[in-house]
Amino acid sequence: MSVLVYTENWEGKFKKLTFELVSYASEIAKMVNSSVTAVSIGKVDETELRKLGNYGAAKIISIENNHLSTLDNQAYAIVLGEIAQKETASVIVLSNNNTGKAVAPRLSVRLKAGIGSGVSKLPLSIIPFTLYKRTYSGNAFAHVVIKSEIKILTLAQNSFSLIETGSSATIVKMDIPVDSYLIKTKVNDVHKQTGRILLTDADVVVSGGRGMKSPDNWAPLVELASVLGGATACSRPVSDEGWRPHEEHTGQTGKIIAPNLYIAVGISGATQHLAGISSSRYIVAINTDKDAPIFEAAQYGIVGDAMKVLPKLVTAVKELKK
Amino acid sequence: MKILVCISNVPDTTTKIKFTEGNRSIDTAGIQWVINPWDELSLTRALELKDDPANGIKSVTVAHVGPGSSEPTIRKALAIGADDGIRINSESADAYYVAAQLAEVIKKEHFDIVLCGIESSDFNGSMVGGMISEYLGIPSVSAVSGIKIENGQPILIREIDGGKEVVSVPAPFVAIVQKGIAKEPRIAAMRGIMMTRTKPVKVFEPVAAEPLTEITIFEKPAPRTACKFIDAENPAQLIELLQNEAKVI
Ligand SMILES: Cc1cc2nc3c(=O)[nH]c(=O)nc-3n(C[C@H](O)[C@H](O)[C@H](O)COP(=O)(O)OP(=O)(O)OC[C@H]3O[C@@H](n4cnc5c(N)ncnc54)[C@H](O)[C@@H]3O)c2cc1C
Ligand SMILES: Nc1ncnc2c1ncn2[C@@H]1O[C@H](COP(=O)(O)O)[C@@H](O)[C@H]1O
Repeated sequence: MSVLVYTENWEGKFKKLTFELVSYASEIAKMVNSSVTAVSIGKVDETELRKLGNYGAAKIISIENNHLSTLDNQAYAIVLGEIAQKETASVIVLSNNNTGKAVAPRLSVRLKAGIGSGVSKLPLSIIPFTLYKRTYSGNAFAHVVIKSEIKILTLAQNSFSLIETGSSATIVKMDIPVDSYLIKTKVNDVHKQTGRILLTDADVVVSGGRGMKSPDNWAPLVELASVLGGATACSRPVSDEGWRPHEEHTGQTGKIIAPNLYIAVGISGATQHLAGISSSRYIVAINTDKDAPIFEAAQYGIVGDAMKVLPKLVTAVKELKK
Repeated sequence: MKILVCISNVPDTTTKIKFTEGNRSIDTAGIQWVINPWDELSLTRALELKDDPANGIKSVTVAHVGPGSSEPTIRKALAIGADDGIRINSESADAYYVAAQLAEVIKKEHFDIVLCGIESSDFNGSMVGGMISEYLGIPSVSAVSGIKIENGQPILIREIDGGKEVVSVPAPFVAIVQKGIAKEPRIAAMRGIMMTRTKPVKVFEPVAAEPLTEITIFEKPAPRTACKFIDAENPAQLIELLQNEAKVI
């Protein structure tokens, strides 16, 4: 029996979210009296693989196979399904990121395993296997029982703290043959943005709304994000107007994020916007209207003009970092 | 080529969610049901593709798993421009069950492109599309933010961490779509509304499938602590609190 965790890498490196996943999987392993097996697909060197041990993985299965160098959902599900059976996995954990969302449902049908998606907490109980899950875009939470023998969980990013165990893992290289005819996804072209912190990875996010008034006013907001080591985001009308790039749009129809700190500047706090950010650990609102609904979601607020407040915040952070 | 758009219906996001039966189900009284926003956008994109004869799209069908009471959702999609509709006459027990129903219909009716949304805003599952593809053993592409047809071949754009990929897969396939797929949802014009009555909706009875998950109880989100206000003249105090009280910077 084992708890299986899929540890994705980015050009051979793991991210914080990978370690969050392994920490989460180890806590579940304790609850079900089992141990964690991590599965890595792709070229990852041994030093990097060893890091997974420090978060509680007992065994690491490393698969290098050229056919799996691009994400083919079907092939990945076959490979992970096969390992799950070999390792008699009772629980399988993936990230709720693009890859997890692409692969988990296929794995579910393959293994007849029920899914709890986007969870942010440990199961409430093991018998029955009960999860706590956000529903209705954050307007309600549900207790969900998974009735199948194997359970699949996808963990929301930035929702579980890292737990270092100081232990080490055994690394097993495994070859799962994958027929080339099986790979149906052909990647014709790749466009990568570089040099910026990804919105979904950021611990701090500074976000602007229509209250920023004009695309020319963004400099102090971008600077605040930069001095805080964070990323920038925006509300939907801002990206619709073309003031900011579409990748920054957060909310029900944009990105759903959960940073440690979300600073909403000139954003009113419509339910559709809150749907994308309400899982943030701390929300700060800066708004001229003291009755703006964003203040109901925020822990800290400043009633004031963004253009006056932002430069002062930048100065204060710079003072602090001195 | 034939396109199928899977549509779910969800409470309008501004609806206050209330529960009944000791918090075991949601109170449907007073709920304004809408087509799941992603599905509205998928449908819009499917219709845009069909508008250009060069793309060779023969028809755009919508399918929904739901009881008779959700018929208006299908009619709305027909009014927007779908050619015909399919309803699988059943409550949607869970994603695994719903996907089994849709997969069965796709097997019977043969579609080349199946479009599903990245998630429905009720249970925020992000599952049905991927599950359908595995039931059928066909390719799936997730996080799709664009689709076009080039020389009879569908070309998809999928979002990856920090970028985009242009990918192709052989039909039939399932595309799981998200932001970017279409700009604004197409709305029903008067002519479309008049036409819906003449458009066929096939009703299928469900096949046997066992749900794997069950919601046992709902809870309201925990109330946030009251907002602490900081004087606009002294924003440095905010930075102090974020560092020493919240400990997030
Ligand atoms: C189906 C659907 C999906 C949607 N999805 C999303 C989504 O994903 N994300 C999203 O964001 N929206 C979404 N929306 C739109 C949403 O309903 C709101 O219209 C939108 O979030 C409002 O954006 P805003 O807060 O930037 O602008 P506004 O609501 O116009 O708010 C601007 C705020 O700025 C304040 N302000 C003005 N001047 C200043 C100043 N000088 N300094 C500081 N504050 C100032 C004002 O008091 C006001 O509170 C969706 C809507 C629908 C119908
Ligand atoms: N009852 C349903 N009938 C038809 N399609 C559905 C249904 N439920 C979900 N879907 C499709 O699956 C997508 C993702 O839903 P979910 O997996 O529930 O988050 C939706 O955007 C729809 O395309």
